[in-house]
Amino acid sequence: MIDTVVFYLFAALAVGSALVVVGQRNAMYSAFALIVTLGSLSAIFGLLGSPFIAALQVVVYAGAIMVLFLFVLMLLNVKREDSDATQSPGLRGAAILLGGALAFQVGVVLWGYRVTAPAGFDASTVQVARELFSARFLYVFEATSILILAALVGAVVLARRER
Amino acid sequence: MSPLQQDLAIAAVKVVAIFGVLLTLFAVMTWVERRALAFMQFRLGPNRTGPFGLLQPMADGIKLFFKEEVMPAGAVKWIFLAAPAVAVITAFLSIAVVPYGKPFRAFGREITLQIADLDVGLLYIFAVSSLGVYGVVMAGWAANNKYTLLGGLRASAQMFSYELALGLSWVGVIMLAGSFRIQEIVAAQAGGLHHWNAVQQLLAFIIYMTAATAEVSRTPFDLPEGETELVAGFHTEYSSMRFALMQMAEYVNMITVAALGTNLFLGGWLSPFPSLIPDSTLWFLAKLVILLFGFIWLRGTLPRLRYDQLMSFGWKVLVPLAVVNILVTAGVLAYLGGGR
Repeated sequence: MIDTVVFYLFAALAVGSALVVVGQRNAMYSAFALIVTLGSLSAIFGLLGSPFIAALQVVVYAGAIMVLFLFVLMLLNVKREDSDATQSPGLRGAAILLGGALAFQVGVVLWGYRVTAPAGFDASTVQVARELFSARFLYVFEATSILILAALVGAVVLARRER
Repeated sequence: MSPLQQDLAIAAVKVVAIFGVLLTLFAVMTWVERRALAFMQFRLGPNRTGPFGLLQPMADGIKLFFKEEVMPAGAVKWIFLAAPAVAVITAFLSIAVVPYGKPFRAFGREITLQIADLDVGLLYIFAVSSLGVYGVVMAGWAANNKYTLLGGLRASAQMFSYELALGLSWVGVIMLAGSFRIQEIVAAQAGGLHHWNAVQQLLAFIIYMTAATAEVSRTPFDLPEGETELVAGFHTEYSSMRFALMQMAEYVNMITVAALGTNLFLGGWLSPFPSLIPDSTLWFLAKLVILLFGFIWLRGTLPRLRYDQLMSFGWKVLVPLAVVNILVTAGVLAYLGGGR
């Protein structure tokens, strides 16, 4: 009972703050709202019985990546976004149309969609880690991390200016 | 009372007690810091209010409470007002999983001497303390002042850099204990002085204390509030009780990292000579006080680093050392066939 109430509380908070992220013009406010979204997601992970993922969600996303976001925003001193493009009625119409189409598509997919865990499914952290490092996933898992490392090195090379 | 009500009642008592202890410790710390620092610099320090100036924290509190609160005209109101609250809340939240004694049985049930005994206790502390930087960032940005903005920038870069070394320094300890739970990490150090992680993981202990000093922005890592350059850094524009809250967050963070260092490396409440003197929460308090005094001692001893020195020390010295420590610990554990 209390779980349900807390779940809907954090779900509403996550959706609401996510709307703020995309809905207003000041980049700093968007960043702060995104922190709230990530925190709410972490609370939902905790409710689902996975404290490890909940903690990681805060450590990695809310605690590290968002600090970098804010750092860059503060460094560049980003002002309110008020470009001419947002004033054009044609673009507004297109945006509303495409947004409606996306909402319709997501609605069709989610309608009547039920997630059920397979019998004997164990989502404990140890079990997930064991699966991840098993022969089945090990190669993909390691390849992904090398891919991220390559992207990191690439970004450094691109950003570095010749002297 | 039903079991749930009993749990809630016990938790409430623990929360109120720890809150009270922390507030008292905060007040005493401000006095000790000013007096000890004064003696180190051949001054007297506050000595007029009450015996030995002991009532000085109370006088400061009353003064701050009645001061006018000023907000800069160009400040972003809500974020400016929320920043001290964020700082204080994250500071108090992280101490919830720090244990200060062995669980004991009373009224037919087990009572742990900590507010919450989480399986992922260390990760929880890491998560909450990484949120602490937002109090500083929000304060620095919202005040619409170049000094606070620079202070906030420095603080976020510094905390981000040293958090990495801080987290890596725990890994060796976690490997030795085979658990993220702080109770078990303390229990794994039982058996006397030479079983403590400060002895077995000396390098990790040094890295931890260095990174922790930087995390709580104490000298020699107090660049976010370097008076000579930035007035008072990110809290320049705060006055009255909001200033006091910022100070409180800083001291509570200091107490948390000292308490955590006590548990992870100095055996928490374990006695150094278990055959002579029994384990007790008093040991925990004694070690905590020694570490806290160490922070003040450092402040009286070392000059402030330059900003580029701070960054290169964090990334080029502390982080590689922490990684080496992990590799060596893992290698030795694998060779001995120990660990879990």
